[in-house]
Amino acid sequence: MFEQIEGSNAVAKCIALSRPEVICAYPISPQTHIVEGCGKLVKSGKLKNCEFINVESEFGALSVAIGSSATGARTYTATASQGLLFMAEAVYNASGLGLPIVMTIGNRAIGAPINIWNDHTDSMSMRDAGWLQLFAETNQEAADLHIQAFKIAERLSMPVMVCMDGFILTHAYDRVDIPSQEKVDAFLPPFKPRQILDPANPYSIGAMVGPEAFLEVRYLAHEKQQRALKIIPEIAKEFKGVFGRDSGGLTRNYKLEDAETIVVTLGSVAGTIKDVVDRMREKGKKIGVLSICSFRPFPKLEIRKALENSKRVIVLEKSLAVGFGGVVANNVMMSMQGTGVHVYTVVAGLGGRPITQPSLEKMLQVAENDKLDDLTFLDLEREVVERELKRERASEKSGPIAENILRDIAGLDEAKR
Amino acid sequence: MEEKEKLTPKKDIEKDLKNIKKPFAITLDVGSSLANETGSWRTERPVYLDRLPPCNNACPAGENIQAWLYLAEEKDYEGAFQEIMKNNPMPATHGRACYHPCETACNRKDVDTAVNIHAVERFIGDQAIEHRWIPKHDAKPSNKTVLIIGAGPSGLSAAYHLTRSGHKVTIYEAGPVAGGMMSFGIPAYRLPRNIIEAEVKRILDTGIELKLNHKVENIEHEMKAGKFDACFLAIGAHLAKRIDIPTPDTSKILDAAGVLREMETGKNPPKLGRRVVVYGGGDTAVDVARTAKRLGAEETIIVYRSGPGQMKAHDFEVREALEEGVKLNWLSTIKEMDASGSIKVEKMELGDDGYPKPTGKFETIEADSMVLALGQNVDTSFIKKIPGIKIADNVVEVNSSMMTGYPGLFAGGDMVPSERTITVAVGHGKKAAREIDAWLSGKTYKPLPKHELASFDKLNKWYYTDAPITVQPQLQTVRRQTTFEEVLGGLDGSNALYEARRCLSCGNCFECDNCYGVCPDNAVIKLGPGKRFKFNYDYCKGCGVCVKECPCGAIKMEPEEI
Amino acid sequence: MNKLDNKQRVKFYQKGTFTVGNRLVDKKARSVQASMERSNAITSGHRACQGCGEALGARYAMDTVMRVTNGKAIACNATGCLEVFTTPYPETSWQLPWIHSLFGNTPAVATGIAAALRVKGKKDVRVIAQGGDGGTTDIGFGCLSGMFERNDDVLYICYDNEAYMNTGVQRSSATPPTARTATTMPLGDAPGNVFGTGKSMPLIAMAHNIPYVATASVSNLHDLETKVEKAMTYRGARYIHIYVPCPLGWGHASDITIQLARLVVDCALFPLFEAEHGVVTGSIPIRKRVPVEEYLRPQRRFAHLFKKGAIDTPRIAKIQKMADANIKRFNLLRKEVEAFDGVTGLSLKDSKYT
Repeated sequence: MFEQIEGSNAVAKCIALSRPEVICAYPISPQTHIVEGCGKLVKSGKLKNCEFINVESEFGALSVAIGSSATGARTYTATASQGLLFMAEAVYNASGLGLPIVMTIGNRAIGAPINIWNDHTDSMSMRDAGWLQLFAETNQEAADLHIQAFKIAERLSMPVMVCMDGFILTHAYDRVDIPSQEKVDAFLPPFKPRQILDPANPYSIGAMVGPEAFLEVRYLAHEKQQRALKIIPEIAKEFKGVFGRDSGGLTRNYKLEDAETIVVTLGSVAGTIKDVVDRMREKGKKIGVLSICSFRPFPKLEIRKALENSKRVIVLEKSLAVGFGGVVANNVMMSMQGTGVHVYTVVAGLGGRPITQPSLEKMLQVAENDKLDDLTFLDLEREVVERELKRERASEKSGPIAENILRDIAGLDEAKR
Repeated sequence: MEEKEKLTPKKDIEKDLKNIKKPFAITLDVGSSLANETGSWRTERPVYLDRLPPCNNACPAGENIQAWLYLAEEKDYEGAFQEIMKNNPMPATHGRACYHPCETACNRKDVDTAVNIHAVERFIGDQAIEHRWIPKHDAKPSNKTVLIIGAGPSGLSAAYHLTRSGHKVTIYEAGPVAGGMMSFGIPAYRLPRNIIEAEVKRILDTGIELKLNHKVENIEHEMKAGKFDACFLAIGAHLAKRIDIPTPDTSKILDAAGVLREMETGKNPPKLGRRVVVYGGGDTAVDVARTAKRLGAEETIIVYRSGPGQMKAHDFEVREALEEGVKLNWLSTIKEMDASGSIKVEKMELGDDGYPKPTGKFETIEADSMVLALGQNVDTSFIKKIPGIKIADNVVEVNSSMMTGYPGLFAGGDMVPSERTITVAVGHGKKAAREIDAWLSGKTYKPLPKHELASFDKLNKWYYTDAPITVQPQLQTVRRQTTFEEVLGGLDGSNALYEARRCLSCGNCFECDNCYGVCPDNAVIKLGPGKRFKFNYDYCKGCGVCVKECPCGAIKMEPEEI
Repeated sequence: MNKLDNKQRVKFYQKGTFTVGNRLVDKKARSVQASMERSNAITSGHRACQGCGEALGARYAMDTVMRVTNGKAIACNATGCLEVFTTPYPETSWQLPWIHSLFGNTPAVATGIAAALRVKGKKDVRVIAQGGDGGTTDIGFGCLSGMFERNDDVLYICYDNEAYMNTGVQRSSATPPTARTATTMPLGDAPGNVFGTGKSMPLIAMAHNIPYVATASVSNLHDLETKVEKAMTYRGARYIHIYVPCPLGWGHASDITIQLARLVVDCALFPLFEAEHGVVTGSIPIRKRVPVEEYLRPQRRFAHLFKKGAIDTPRIAKIQKMADANIKRFNLLRKEVEAFDGVTGLSLKDSKYT
């Protein structure tokens, strides 16, 4: 049923429809409304047979989820940014143990400096932990992906992160089709665990594995994600069969067939880019967008096939590998090895900086003229940066960068007076 | 080859392999660590052993005290009785008259107080008499006959053990009753006569012939006449030692053995008068003094030449005597007695060497009679003539097999060099019986090697709670002074059980389950009630905790062969 | 004939009063460990050091749990000696369902298990969380406090060997003063661990007002089992702190593990007590008190206090003062006559047996 609903609330409702048995919650912006929504549904009795647990930290949250999932309960939690890092140990642990936990990441920047607005640094920090990572483009997709996530996770016995842009998706009101319980039940069967803590059939989970078998365990995890490359589209197909719409899958290709310039991205910014692409197409530019939904496992083959016939690829990502360059771009470059197609990196939107259509169009013009740098920071304030660098060259003890810039902007700098 | 005990989990695990596929390596099946045999870590291994309890070690009769206390504490009194009877046929007697060296050695005294072993033995002995239990044995008749001369504790013991080995035994006793020193040396207030009678009868009922009033003058003659294959001499030492005390009226001077014998066999009790002096410091002196009191003496004085530390009588006997009003004159020697009964006594003092020395000072004691209790001698008159016999210091010498110089003639008890107690005598009788049994078939008796001693340092006393000794109830003093009723009462059922349970079971496993419980590696196998335990050497790491926590010291570490 | 007075009569079976079992005593009065049917929750073949107190303590506690719950228990474990020596691939010594996640999250994992069991209606299956002192008082503190605060139905057992043993004997907040560890060497002005540091986890647990808190030692098996059993009769967060000597880490002979566990109780450095909802409800009086020195001497981690010709009297006196304070606080030197049934040997204190 269609509702005009806040993104977080839509997600909460779809989580509830998936019949989770244990939800553990620690609040952090911007995921707070999701867990609050779940909490209300449990307390009001609308979500039955579900334990809602208020934990003492994110580390506690995912640990509770580990215990609960290992005991055979369908388990859900949500976090973002600092919280994801605080539970980092448990993130690796959950995937190492093969527990099908579903976790929402309300993508947010990581401090210092503390910043509550959206970028993808948090999810990217955990990209190698062994979790599946799915990125939602719209609120509808965010809601749908959670339902799919349980099925994917339980089929593979691997945990899944559903990533949705903080504030942009979580706090935006949008028209979302909330499915019926019957449809969800038809799509998502009850959880049948691969291993379970049960006195009737006891075993020890979490042994210490030494050099003689560790490599094999890791290999098997990698192999599992390779299998996921097949299972994710399968389940997206099953979803379409029940709910009647496209949602999820590995990538979403937009006007790629004859594109000479292709922008690769993740998350909600794809929508903005598609608007720019439409306008540029009207002007005759051959340009398209590839929005990656499944970042892990990384669909190397699909992306290569989609991009290999283009002239140039621009990876627009909300993440930065400090000291190196683009995170997503790096993954794309690896997929494009040997094709001869040049891949540019555009780092945009860090810390919630708005990505505007004019900026995008300007950048794409430069790209079309093959004048784009290999690494571009979209809308970087050159002057502020130059002044800071000059200050640093002048004195060794220049203090925290952020504070200096703020002083500068506020006009407190002596040199300006 | 030890059977490998399977320590698999009790549940039968049904693996639903269709639906559940456990992840490789991180998830493991229960109990799979049994594949790792950690026994290979050891440099030393624990072994169970039985150590010799100090009470067993100290008992002259060789009783397995720990074993019968073990049965008694389970309320199996008849079982305890049978265990005692394997070594000592007179528990009720010994429970009253033995000086219990076992209690002196008992390890419990280092926890609180020694176990009241003799009281429990007495209880079991009395139960046996009351319920008419019969000692069990299953030896086949050997067609050998043995003559025993003397129906005292040594002779009776030898007769009993020889009968248990299947031989036919005949006892010749010179006196009118059996019992030897038990009847003639120990007063009735310590050892009631009906007890002696019952236990002697039980011994004889095993198939022994007793001829009373049959004094032996010629042993070789008797042996030929009766066609005996061997002989055991146990005539004791019943002649009183005398010293010369100048006196005009020798009728006033008696000897202790004679007095006690007259008490037993005479028609009327001996007349000792109102004031009696007893000269001597042994148990017999004390016995006579207490007997005198009971016979009506108003004043009884024991005169002893040395000090209390040198007195040979047992402390409790002296204490009881004093309670009854007997007086003690230390460091005094008797010089002479005149016609009116005045005794001249010289005072002594202890010299630097610890021996009493005359001081030259004198005092006088008035007395109606004087009883000499200066020790006993063996009547060696008819023995001297036997070829091969060696007599030294008035006792007959025997070799380590209890045999005299004459082949086939064995001897034991007070008549051979020994500590003179009925328990030692009983022990001799048992040992001689074993030697005679071997000798009769042309072999020599080889005793089993002794286990190492279960000394106190081998125990872990924390596991025993404090439980003070049960004190036997005592007869009121007045009654003790006027009658010959038994002074010390026995224990009743509940406190005998209590007392038996105070035994620490030194050196012998009593199935407390400690080793089974304290092994961090679960490497002790419990075999079941009565079957004790076994080490699982596949997994034992040799840490030694079991040794330290065994309360009774029944485990020790041995180096591992690497 | 004299009859025994009451005091003598009641200590009937005293030969085996404190032993693991005793053939003379009613089966109910014997410990769980005495039974041939005990679960052996940790079976043979594990890789603990010779004489490991933790291996013993864990088996004692878990066998009791298994008996009380009829085998329906799930255990989770923190990283540490217990976890490492029981589950090195491909062998596990555990005979019940068991999970190891991380070092500091065991209480939270237990919360999750308990929640899942509740949701699935498995009311009879109980959850036990286990960790060493490091995993409990330091890195696991946050999660533990959270579990207590929520009053989740979990029994948390801490095996305290007073240092991070598995990583090579480093100091934890449970390490006693003057103890030598790899990070508190006996050097300088304040040799060993310094005075004035450390925390009492049992007291902190009490501050959370949880239904049941208790301390126990591997030397007193009957007491340990009674406390575990009692804890399992409650629902909600419960905490038991068990003292377990470590031969390797403390530098003592492997055969005196239980003896040391006994000495620490008898010198009052480790009081045995129980508390419910934040109030101390009872303590075990000391049978025979010993000075702290008797406990300290056999351990090489305190050897620097007993250097030849230079015994560190002031520091030993300070430790003695700590013991004295415990005696006062928990009334450990009172005279108490324990009453037992004369025939069966069962304690009359436990009304469920009479």
